[in-house]
Amino acid sequence: MSIRKTFLDEFLLTIPSFTWLFVFFLIPTLIIFGYAFKPYDIYGGITEGWTLDTIKSLANPNYFLMIWRTLWLSSLTTLISVALALPIGYQLACTSKKLRQILLLLIVVPFWSSFLIRIFAWKTLLHPEGAFKQFLVWAHIVNADTSLLYNSGAVLLVMVYTYLPFAVFPIYAAASKFNFQLLEAAMDLGATRSRAFFHVLVPGIKKGIFTAVVMVFIPAIGAYVIPDLVGGSNSEMIGNKIAQRTFVERNLPQASALSALLALSVLIPMAGLSYLTSRSKQLESVARNKE
Amino acid sequence: MSDSVVFEGISKKFGNAQALQDISFAIKKGEFFSLLGPSGCGKTTLLRILAGFEKPDAGRLYLDGQDITDLPPNKRPINTIFQNYALFPHLTIWENIAFGLRVAKRSQKEITAEVEKMLYLIQMTEHAYKKPEQISGGQKQRVAIARALVNHPQVLLLDEPLAALDLKLRQKMLIELDLIHDNVGITFVFVTHDQTEAMAVSDRMAVLHKARLEQIGTPMEIYESPKSSFVADFIGDTNFLDGTVSEMVQKEYSLLTLVNFPNVLCFNDKQLSVGDLVHLSIRPEKIHISKERPQKHPLHNIFEADVDDVIYKGDHTSFGVWVGGHKIWVNQQHSRFLLDEKPIRWKDHVWIWWHADDGYMLERYKNPMEDIEEMASSADITRNP
Repeated sequence: MSIRKTFLDEFLLTIPSFTWLFVFFLIPTLIIFGYAFKPYDIYGGITEGWTLDTIKSLANPNYFLMIWRTLWLSSLTTLISVALALPIGYQLACTSKKLRQILLLLIVVPFWSSFLIRIFAWKTLLHPEGAFKQFLVWAHIVNADTSLLYNSGAVLLVMVYTYLPFAVFPIYAAASKFNFQLLEAAMDLGATRSRAFFHVLVPGIKKGIFTAVVMVFIPAIGAYVIPDLVGGSNSEMIGNKIAQRTFVERNLPQASALSALLALSVLIPMAGLSYLTSRSKQLESVARNKE
Repeated sequence: MSDSVVFEGISKKFGNAQALQDISFAIKKGEFFSLLGPSGCGKTTLLRILAGFEKPDAGRLYLDGQDITDLPPNKRPINTIFQNYALFPHLTIWENIAFGLRVAKRSQKEITAEVEKMLYLIQMTEHAYKKPEQISGGQKQRVAIARALVNHPQVLLLDEPLAALDLKLRQKMLIELDLIHDNVGITFVFVTHDQTEAMAVSDRMAVLHKARLEQIGTPMEIYESPKSSFVADFIGDTNFLDGTVSEMVQKEYSLLTLVNFPNVLCFNDKQLSVGDLVHLSIRPEKIHISKERPQKHPLHNIFEADVDDVIYKGDHTSFGVWVGGHKIWVNQQHSRFLLDEKPIRWKDHVWIWWHADDGYMLERYKNPMEDIEEMASSADITRNP
């Protein structure tokens, strides 16, 4: 009886959030997916009837190249951001309260200025006559002829710059709850500092790291302003194409189909991965029970 | 026995606070050694210096004759059992114990054999694949011991390992620790603020107070002949009386004139002369109490007293009795069945006496209130109410 009651309680309590997700996430997503099967008109709307023409047009190898580029640029952005956020978050959690507040403020301060202005600032810095470029040439790090703008490298740099705080905060939050005596325990047992870091701290804050990955990867795959402003024609991401189809060509079905393709290209590997990990955990526990 | 650990003039400051001041002593090989003192006395800092987590500002540290002062913790053949065990929460019990062996790059076969042996020793084989959060405090304690001992350290450090356990479990673990020490035969350095724990298991102990070493010796030496008022008060309970030496009686005894208290005869173990200021300490259990007037004895201090407090504690009763202007605490063991006897009650007129050899003359505090306040603030000290 009590189990039933708690089940009912839980069900009732989850209704509001389920309703929210249903109305504002699931239905819009399905509408977008549905648009992909609709014919379009020249006024930017959709018309009656159903068609598979849009889906067929996705078979363009250009799209796959672009999706591939989007995925690796986003993955690399995530990897670099998390790799940078780990030592930053760790240090933040270790420093004194006063210094920590100043440092956290410094991380937040850039958000007070417009996102677009900050990207334009990068454009100025990376410009052949920009301060950053001039400095690198002066320091003999790059050749004067090397272009720092309008390529994948520039997109990657600005994406890491933009999304790094989203990785720092969850990792810092997890690290501040971490019991640092565990690092001492690891070193006491003979581990070097770096081994303690990777074998004890990293698994200890893995939830924070996972949050950081999601917080960076999700916005990164949808990015279109950054590649549009600092990227070139050979560093276009799928977001650019979706924006172009929507705003320039006013072809909503095409934009919907590309969105769906992007969503599926992320969801399918993730579903596969989570199935594999849960299966390996299951196998592990079965093996243990046998012992 | 040769020396295992040698501290030579170790000093350490944290900011302006002196944590350790010129500490020098040696711990013998295979000894169960306790570092005892109130909170903030520097005992934990000393242990952390030994483990390698802190560097001393001055002084050297030797292990088996080798200078290890500058060696990082992972290079020292020393393992620690932390106060809250510090088991790795993401690893199973099995992997926790295997951690040190994996770091040392031992073969999988060796690791399996060693870990299984340890699990069997601590009777945790059936819990091997549980996570630390799934086992009890006493079990965590045993896992922490196994995780340290599996590396065959030369010294095992125990940082208040029993503090998180309840009384009965603490007593059980204490006996287990003693057994483990007898079995492995390595040096144990045990940090505690609990004098009963330290006395129960230690071969020798060091009492630290305000960053300094107060006294070092066997538990019996420290209890029976404390070198300072602090040690006398911190280890066990005692009565303190202030006074001066007024007369030398025979060769070894002096008569003391005390403030608000009749004169007392006391064994003169220190080279004191007439007129010296003294601080007399008498342990409550050394004082006898009776409603009958005792027989006279040339070396007994016998006084009439009025009972003001009677605190029944099961195995003994503590009496607070007034003599002159002082309340003296007396412990009486219950060796006979109490209900048959007519016990001493509140407001009874009684006699108390102690042998002149049982009093101890100590140096006078420069500022007695300072130390008493400090000791009252470290809540762990058991003393008479």
